[in-house]
Amino acid sequence: MALDSDALIERVKSDPQFHELVRRRARLAWSLTATMIVIYFGFVLTVAFHKEWLAQSLSGGVTTIGIPVGVGVILSAFVLTGLYVARANTTFDDLTKGIIERVKKS
Amino acid sequence: MITQMRRAAIWLLALLTVTFATQAYADSIQVTGKADLNVEAIGMFLIFVLMTLGITKWAAGRTKSAADFYAAGGGITGLQNGLAIAGDYMSAASFLGISGLVFAAGYDGLIYSVGWLVGWPIVLFLIAERLRNLGKFTFADVAAFRLEALPIRILSAVGTLVVVAFYLIAQMVGAGKLIQTLFGMDYLYAVVIVGCLMIVYVAFGGMVATTWVQIIKACLLLGGASFMALMVLAKFNFSPEAMFQKAVEIHPQAGAIMGPGALVKDPISTISLGLALMFGTAGLPHILMRFFTVSDAKAARKSVFYATGFIGYFYILTFIIGFGAITLLLQDPSFFKAGAVPAANGSSPADVIGSGNMSAVHLSKAVGGSLFLGFISAVAFATILAVVAGLTLAGATAISHDLYASVIRKGKVSDDKEVRISKISAVVIGLFAIFLGYVFEKQNVAFMVGLAFAIAASCNFPVLAMSVFWKGTTTWGALIGGFLGLFSATIMVIMSPSVWETTLGHEKGTALFPYDNPALFLDVDRVLRNMVVLETRSQRTR
Repeated sequence: MALDSDALIERVKSDPQFHELVRRRARLAWSLTATMIVIYFGFVLTVAFHKEWLAQSLSGGVTTIGIPVGVGVILSAFVLTGLYVARANTTFDDLTKGIIERVKKS
Repeated sequence: MITQMRRAAIWLLALLTVTFATQAYADSIQVTGKADLNVEAIGMFLIFVLMTLGITKWAAGRTKSAADFYAAGGGITGLQNGLAIAGDYMSAASFLGISGLVFAAGYDGLIYSVGWLVGWPIVLFLIAERLRNLGKFTFADVAAFRLEALPIRILSAVGTLVVVAFYLIAQMVGAGKLIQTLFGMDYLYAVVIVGCLMIVYVAFGGMVATTWVQIIKACLLLGGASFMALMVLAKFNFSPEAMFQKAVEIHPQAGAIMGPGALVKDPISTISLGLALMFGTAGLPHILMRFFTVSDAKAARKSVFYATGFIGYFYILTFIIGFGAITLLLQDPSFFKAGAVPAANGSSPADVIGSGNMSAVHLSKAVGGSLFLGFISAVAFATILAVVAGLTLAGATAISHDLYASVIRKGKVSDDKEVRISKISAVVIGLFAIFLGYVFEKQNVAFMVGLAFAIAASCNFPVLAMSVFWKGTTTWGALIGGFLGLFSATIMVIMSPSVWETTLGHEKGTALFPYDNPALFLDVDRVLRNMVVLETRSQRTR
């Protein structure tokens, strides 16, 4: 049994679609990570160096540009996690299932 | 027989807690001469306690194996786990602290809260599913996967226990003081009640009870905060602009509350804090542990998605609550210390009864009367209980699973025995937490959560991340790096102005390390550490 699952793992590893899956998943994970870092540190650096830009009025009233920007950063975190889950729970999981089934059959 | 004893013990502890509460009630009447007790709050808190004890009893019946105790048998759904994670993360400190910061300084509170959220996507993209797939009960399972197990387990367990200890001190002291103010109960009684209840939840109900306590608390907190924000917005016909206008009109800082203010002193401190929050979140042992409670990677991913949504929503609520407090409290003398309001207008947020951190509590009375005040007070108490229970379970698991079962017994231990050790550890940690809460009563412990995050970001996270992402990681590299991160984070935080000068009372300007948040410098340290790893690897291959 242990030998079987080891052999199975080896076969999965040599499956070309497996490498494709790993590559695509890593690309998505790292580019979303980079996006989050850019958004957050972009926000923080604006706070540090361009306070006045965030403090200007949004549309003539007391509400500043900073309010939608700050709330936007919060929403972006939610949207980015949503994007990842949508992709990973459908495309990637389907690919994984496909690979396992094919390898088991062969 | 054992179940009967267990049942008896639960009821004994519950009884003890209630007796303590009653005793504290009586004492406070005697000492202060007036019943300055919040009866509604105590009533609602007792309902919460009875409910959670009922759940603990139910959970104890379902907790048989080690997998049940540590990971609720993997039977928690994505949504439930998302709520529980949010429950773990939304502490009383973040609810009262962030709304208090908005109340005092406006926009700065939003900047601060954003930092606490952005770690979550990183946890999802890089950590969550790998953790679920590679580990069993603790993040050490994953970190030790490719490296020599024993030393890595010791490092991870030490990292876990240190983070848990600092986090616990901050929570216990905060709990004691908060309950003192809200319930009119003696500090020590409050700390003992919190300690006893968390022992009951963790030792008897394990992960199942802890998870459900978190879920209930998250729902109560989100519900209560939503109601408050709704009531505030309703007063302005749901126009944020009208609310902001009123706030600018009456806040002593006027228009300055609508933009970045004094919170961000220098960019280096800010970036450093950002890094600590981002990577610290991904290194908190009680949070990482939650990924083992779901059935598969799919549910693990979903739980972070839900958690990010709940936490983000919660931070937006605290922002509205903070502004609501400005508009509804600042002109009402009844919320201020006697003599603090010179005129009908212009009172300072700092003069509110019980300091600015109490603004959300006062606001609950302003929008919902004393019954709702009681509800919010009870929720604040419940919040602390849930967070300390999560921490205690993480600490107990590090002792029983990582240190006892894996290091001392080298994996040769029965499930029963391991769980028993875990329960004993939970009791010991609980008693230790009561002791620490007592010792640190008079100390300013605000920096300790920051310290916990700095250590999580510089010890736990790098060890976990490197063992997962970098095939070249060696045991020695991880060990040297991990302990270096642990010590340097601790030393830098102690040498920082907020601890060296403010807490330890040294002269101003004598702090050896000029920044409050050392994560940026630990990042330099992290680079150095990678070099150590490279070095050891090349030596081995030679």
